[in-house]
Amino acid sequence: MCLGAPGRVVEIEGMSALVDFGGVRRKVALDIVDDPVCPGDYVLVHVGFAIRRIAPQDVAMTLAFFEAMAGGEEGLPPHVMGPEEPS
Amino acid sequence: MTDDRVKLAHGAGGPAMRALIRGVLLEGETHAETLAMDDGAAVPFGDRWLVFSSDAHVVQPIFFPGGDIGRLSVSGVVNDLAMMGACDILGLASNVVLEEGFSLDSLRTIQSSVRATCTEAGTRILTGDTKVMRRGEVDGIVLSTAGVGITDRVVRNAGLRPGDAIVVTGTVGDHGLAVLSARNNLGLRGDLRSDVAPLNGLVRAALAVASDAVHAMKDPTRGGVTGALVEMAEKAGVTVVLEEASIPVSHAARAAAEVLGIDPLLVANEGKALLAVARDRVEVVLDALHAHPLGHQAACIGRVVENTGSGAVLLETGFGTRRLLERDSDPLPRIC
Amino acid sequence: MTPLGFQFRDVERGRALQARLERAVARAGRPVTVMHVCGSHEQAIARFGLRARFPGQLRVQMGPGCPVCVTDAPEIDACIALARCGVRILTYGDMLGVPGRAQSLDDARAEGARVDVIYAATQAAEIARETDEPVVFFATGFETTAVATAAILLGAPPANLFVLSAHKWVPAAMEVVASTSGGRIEGYLAAGHAATITGWGLFEPFAARHRKPVVVAGFEPLDILSGLALLVEHVVAEEARVVNAFSRCVTRDGNARALEALFRVFDTSGGEWRGIAYVPAGNLTLRPDFAHHDARVRFATELASAAPVVERAHVAECLCAAIMTGQALPTDCPHFGAACRPDAPVGACMVSTEGVCRIWFEHGVGGARATEGGGA
Repeated sequence: MCLGAPGRVVEIEGMSALVDFGGVRRKVALDIVDDPVCPGDYVLVHVGFAIRRIAPQDVAMTLAFFEAMAGGEEGLPPHVMGPEEPS
Repeated sequence: MTDDRVKLAHGAGGPAMRALIRGVLLEGETHAETLAMDDGAAVPFGDRWLVFSSDAHVVQPIFFPGGDIGRLSVSGVVNDLAMMGACDILGLASNVVLEEGFSLDSLRTIQSSVRATCTEAGTRILTGDTKVMRRGEVDGIVLSTAGVGITDRVVRNAGLRPGDAIVVTGTVGDHGLAVLSARNNLGLRGDLRSDVAPLNGLVRAALAVASDAVHAMKDPTRGGVTGALVEMAEKAGVTVVLEEASIPVSHAARAAAEVLGIDPLLVANEGKALLAVARDRVEVVLDALHAHPLGHQAACIGRVVENTGSGAVLLETGFGTRRLLERDSDPLPRIC
Repeated sequence: MTPLGFQFRDVERGRALQARLERAVARAGRPVTVMHVCGSHEQAIARFGLRARFPGQLRVQMGPGCPVCVTDAPEIDACIALARCGVRILTYGDMLGVPGRAQSLDDARAEGARVDVIYAATQAAEIARETDEPVVFFATGFETTAVATAAILLGAPPANLFVLSAHKWVPAAMEVVASTSGGRIEGYLAAGHAATITGWGLFEPFAARHRKPVVVAGFEPLDILSGLALLVEHVVAEEARVVNAFSRCVTRDGNARALEALFRVFDTSGGEWRGIAYVPAGNLTLRPDFAHHDARVRFATELASAAPVVERAHVAECLCAAIMTGQALPTDCPHFGAACRPDAPVGACMVSTEGVCRIWFEHGVGGARATEGGGA
């Protein structure tokens, strides 16, 4: 439905950020990103706009979520619903 | 659809282009060599083969990261000859069509690139022709190049045999993604460079160690690795299985492909070859390729599994299997 | 640096998740039918070959999740009408080949219209700034894409930039599909990127009303397999709740800043979704405050006087509608692969890279399954 690519913020200049997608970099608009971003954060980018800050702990939590899901125990892994509220 | 006019898809290397060639350009044609639609044509010449090929080049922009239309025009025809086994190029003919107002400085730069690429390929432009069109009648410059080479053994792109290993001579997707990014002002920065290069030296190195073991070759230009392999598999009536994880893709091309939503297997390469090699000789061929500056990332990416009669290319992703089918036109950046 | 997504493509974990999905379906002991509401899910399923290893008893149907496919033919015709008047058009690459009732933008371009492809919404304003002539941005896509259009219009765009909005609001269409599916769909895999904007809380009333579970999932193989496993587990347990399996991007309330921008610029209104139905509150139309950037206002005369469109052949028998609402498979359509191919599409589903028919045609979904002996 909507192609989104996560990339890592390299530097910020006003309302735009230089984002590294793992081999190419592109300027990305920050007008509508949900949280203030810092260099080092990941952002989810769609049509040239960052639409979500993905903090390092979100990445770690995702990996833990897959680990728990793949671990074999049925039921809802603890990480599945959170962190909902923006910090 | 309005189907009484030529569209861009008719030149993009897919089914629309084949329909145009078969339905209009080859209508009534009966000569087997023409109908083989290989990268070039081979005609008997004493006890050897004369191979000739031609290639028309239009590219926007004419200067792009990693190359320009001059380098492309020489590499394109040299590679077509090399893919048929003709690595010793007797000479090239270059036709230049220019638009009124085209910059002479640009033309000089292009011409020096043509010469440098010829030197790299060990050949030269022996003849040519120049035309100038009125402004607006042609987009800047068109280079049409033809070449002639000689070989003892012709390699056909239809020669795949069950059991063969499929080898690619390096990373895939670089040219198409670099040009796409430059053409559409996508603002992508980084080491995204075209791979455009003449491959006759590299191919010669491979054929020198295992000439009879190389059963088929093709350069994956328009239509990419998918388009080239699908055509090879269909002509040979075999199924090819590729291992996705073993296909080399540069970091920059992989990242650009992710961002733009484009499959690197579907975009053009201008400095890569696909080889079908007898399984027991693939290590020798890989060693020879690795020893050449243009082949150090060569890899075995798959195998020919069976005679199916119809021809198909399957991609093992690790999560499952997907069937590769070529697209009708060059991929565009997409948003969904 | 490895792109972030590649961390979520680990084959070993993928196998474990495939096994978990198998167990969940086996526990059901019957065929389970779920729907993903997102073309990007189908794309990823095809790209990573996931469908070949779905459990035989699992039916994953495709919903109205491709913004290109649901852009109504008259919306495309309106854009073509402007292009034929000589107006310069900017649009996303996805839209170029989509047929209206008679032609696509690509056809119009072959006849001399000026149509340029952009990749980022920001390019629309940049290109308009380089010229004095009016430039029309044919803006398509769901809320995820519409928020970018909104940001452009809120960011002091040049006066010669006009937006022809074909943006859509997905939750409205999910409602229509759930109401017409007659209960055959037992659970929904919701689109992670759209939910990044809207939040997962939006689906709670939906899950309660239709008594079906909804799992919000991302687009990497591990995201999709985890999402499907959780969805089937909830179907089996008959738990009609919303599960967020994409919490690195999706929160309960979504992206408040983007939503605020969206509804400052757009209103929802009812409109046709191609092949689906009339969807109440399914279209995003520019608010009157932005009339000075609205192509429908600026070019009202040209649009009103456009020549009538003559419909192409086969359009009437096109099965896109049934396919997009999960009532038919592409292979059920008499035109699939014959009169309707990517190089000569009849319906939008064959044009968009997210279109179900195009994906089936190009990734050979049916073919790969057959080759693999029906999965497993």
